[in-house]
Amino acid sequence: MTQDISRRAFGIGLAGAAALAATERVWAQTPSGGVISIATIGEPGPLDPTVATSDLVSIISQHIFETLYCFDGSWQVRPLLAEAMPTMSPDAKSYAIKLRSGVHFHDGTPMTSEDVVVSLQRWLKLSPRGKQAATAVTGVAADGPLGIAITLSRPYAPLLALLAMNNGAAAILPKAVASTTAPMGDPVGTGPYRFVEHKPDQYIRLLRFDGYASPPGTPNGYAGERKAVVGEIRFVPVPNPTTRVDGMLSGQYLFADSLPAEMLPRLKGQPAVEPITVKPFGFPLMIFNEHAGPMQDPLVRRAAQAALSCSDMLAAGFGDPAFFDAQGSIYSKGTPYYDEGSVTAYNLNDPAKAGDLLKQAGYAKQPIRIMTSQQYDFLYKMSLVAQQNLQDAGFEVDLQVLDWATLLSRRGDEKSWDAFFTYHTFVPEPSLITVLNPSYSGWWDTPAKHAALDAFNGETDPAKRVADWKAIQALFYAEAPSIKVGDFYNLAARATRVTNYTTVPWPFFWNVGLSA
Amino acid sequence: MALFLLRRAGGLAIVMLLVALVVFVIVRVVPGDPAAVMLGSAATPDDVAALRTRLGFDQPLIVQFLIYCKQIASFDLGQSIFLNRPVSQAIAERAELTTLLTLMSAGLAVAIGVPVGIISAVRRGRASDHAATAGSMLFASLPSFWVGLTLIEVLAVRHPWFPVAGWGDPGDGLGAHLYHLVLPAVALGLPNSALIIRFTRSSMLDVLGEDYIRTARAKGVGSWSVVTRHALRNALIPVLTVIGLTFATLIGGAIVTETVFGLPGVGNLVVSAVLRRDYPVIQGTLLVISGIYVLINLVVDLLYALVDPRVRT
Repeated sequence: MTQDISRRAFGIGLAGAAALAATERVWAQTPSGGVISIATIGEPGPLDPTVATSDLVSIISQHIFETLYCFDGSWQVRPLLAEAMPTMSPDAKSYAIKLRSGVHFHDGTPMTSEDVVVSLQRWLKLSPRGKQAATAVTGVAADGPLGIAITLSRPYAPLLALLAMNNGAAAILPKAVASTTAPMGDPVGTGPYRFVEHKPDQYIRLLRFDGYASPPGTPNGYAGERKAVVGEIRFVPVPNPTTRVDGMLSGQYLFADSLPAEMLPRLKGQPAVEPITVKPFGFPLMIFNEHAGPMQDPLVRRAAQAALSCSDMLAAGFGDPAFFDAQGSIYSKGTPYYDEGSVTAYNLNDPAKAGDLLKQAGYAKQPIRIMTSQQYDFLYKMSLVAQQNLQDAGFEVDLQVLDWATLLSRRGDEKSWDAFFTYHTFVPEPSLITVLNPSYSGWWDTPAKHAALDAFNGETDPAKRVADWKAIQALFYAEAPSIKVGDFYNLAARATRVTNYTTVPWPFFWNVGLSA
Repeated sequence: MALFLLRRAGGLAIVMLLVALVVFVIVRVVPGDPAAVMLGSAATPDDVAALRTRLGFDQPLIVQFLIYCKQIASFDLGQSIFLNRPVSQAIAERAELTTLLTLMSAGLAVAIGVPVGIISAVRRGRASDHAATAGSMLFASLPSFWVGLTLIEVLAVRHPWFPVAGWGDPGDGLGAHLYHLVLPAVALGLPNSALIIRFTRSSMLDVLGEDYIRTARAKGVGSWSVVTRHALRNALIPVLTVIGLTFATLIGGAIVTETVFGLPGVGNLVVSAVLRRDYPVIQGTLLVISGIYVLINLVVDLLYALVDPRVRT
């Protein structure tokens, strides 16, 4: 009897608390089309898409801000705020871009060429992508209320891809926002959703922008028509991956990003949840120091290349073969720059060959300091396999396990490391790959690479660019500045009631609906 | 009493100054750079150096420390590098959650710990005593993150009676917030009740063996009255210390619990700030947490003085 009363009291208490919570929730307005709650990996910080290059900021801010161009499902550049593809001069040193008319910012003001000019100037000054373009761009000017003229000092083929990227993005802002040097306040863009509220570590709320002017055309990747079907998008930081999975299973979240591959069995077979494998997504890299220490010697780097078993490293890092592909082309299968022919020394796992190369190099057992981090579990597991492979080939290895912040800081000092593990997310434009940047830690900057990259960047014919890229990839294997370990995929999950979702590396939620 | 208060307040000021110095040094000694974290893995060393200069981290440590001291003297905890807002605002936004979570967990720990401890002592050697002792050992052995994940699995996923994570929806009021804190409070409070059970039991056993208790019993005072009116008041002094320490432990434990339950509290703020190397937030939050810790100890000292006047001298 007492037990019954306690149970009843507990039940009444629970029901009371739930009812109170539910009543309070009704008071908050629910927009038409419903709310989609998305569990993200953490707090993104300020939502300035031009300055930030993090994937999380891109995922959120692409709903608020738009660029002149974007990528379609085949990673080809397509117009977004621009009316059409640009007109290029015969010498490829000037671009004329026409803007779509009738586009408004979330504050109600119409977008004009003046806003675009100031936004692009801000991008050239503040964004890592923009700074890269600024080496070639000599001027950006308005050509009438809806026309833009960009002039270059030399032909620069990556320009359109850089303008289409959604991180370090050439986002178009109102002139008043873009012309100040102060940190951006509440985000104002032209996207299908407008910013409402950001409570750090709690949520970011975006509401449907009723004055949105969509680009025309059938939706294709990030291109084509964009319709804000869902009334509100709510991004909720949930740093613990197990909690993200639990939140999906309980129905608290309708989409969750970056889930550990080992969680797949929990998601499979659940009627209300659909696991998503995101391909292409990224590739782990082992970067060598070409400025100091034993790895300066190309023979030592090639010895490491010969020693490693990339397939074992991937298996250790990701476990389930559904989440990786042991292939050496920098671009994965199905993308325009995929090429197997120029992959000459991948996944060899040949200690004898590595030993011979070390002998030729006169390697005197200097310790190879490899930096890795447990913050990214797959990188740590891969580094353990690499350590064993290298030791088997005769290397002396000093594996340094650091937290990620320390690794990022220490890799800037060329004297404190010989190799480090990192990963690169998929980028549609090869010139955006960090290893190709001579200033990036590792400092790959040989004359042959310099010449090959210049030729690639100066070539505006897409077919010829593919051929030039093969030459760069061949050099990547000949000079061994880094090891591309393979491709890995991302696990995400959506509730089955989320309809019309397109799988892409940076998930978007326009055109997405919610069934009852 | 006034002199007692003054002495304790002076000690508090010195402790806070030392905390400020230690936190500043530790944060700077730990490798890692907020500029590198902010710019992400694609940044070049030149980009990182430029941002360091902009943030003032290229200045000598002594200059940075003097700026920090000047800020503290004017009750300014600085500006968060990552959150783009004052540190005091970031803490204030999260204080309600952590305060409620700590109070609920402490309330639960006391509500379980004191009665079970008393029953265990009064019924020494019987089955209920053995059960309480074994239960407290079990609670003490359970890490709060494991308790949290198990509670989520059972009471939020398999039986969706409680939310898995978070602090509620926009516009939610106190009722919804408290509802979201039920599982975290149990996860945090349960392991901490073990210490209170053990201390209450041991303290009660000491007191129940005293002569004046025997005298009271000999005078025919009822056993319930002996326990509640004569024994419990004296037994509570060491228990108060443990409850004070439990509060401090709960603030530390909240860091793990908030991470597991995705709660935007002060604990979560510290963890994120450490990972991002957001120096002003780490410094400010640790200073505030240390201040609360010291204040709780001060309150416990004052309670001693109230309960036992001999302590004032």
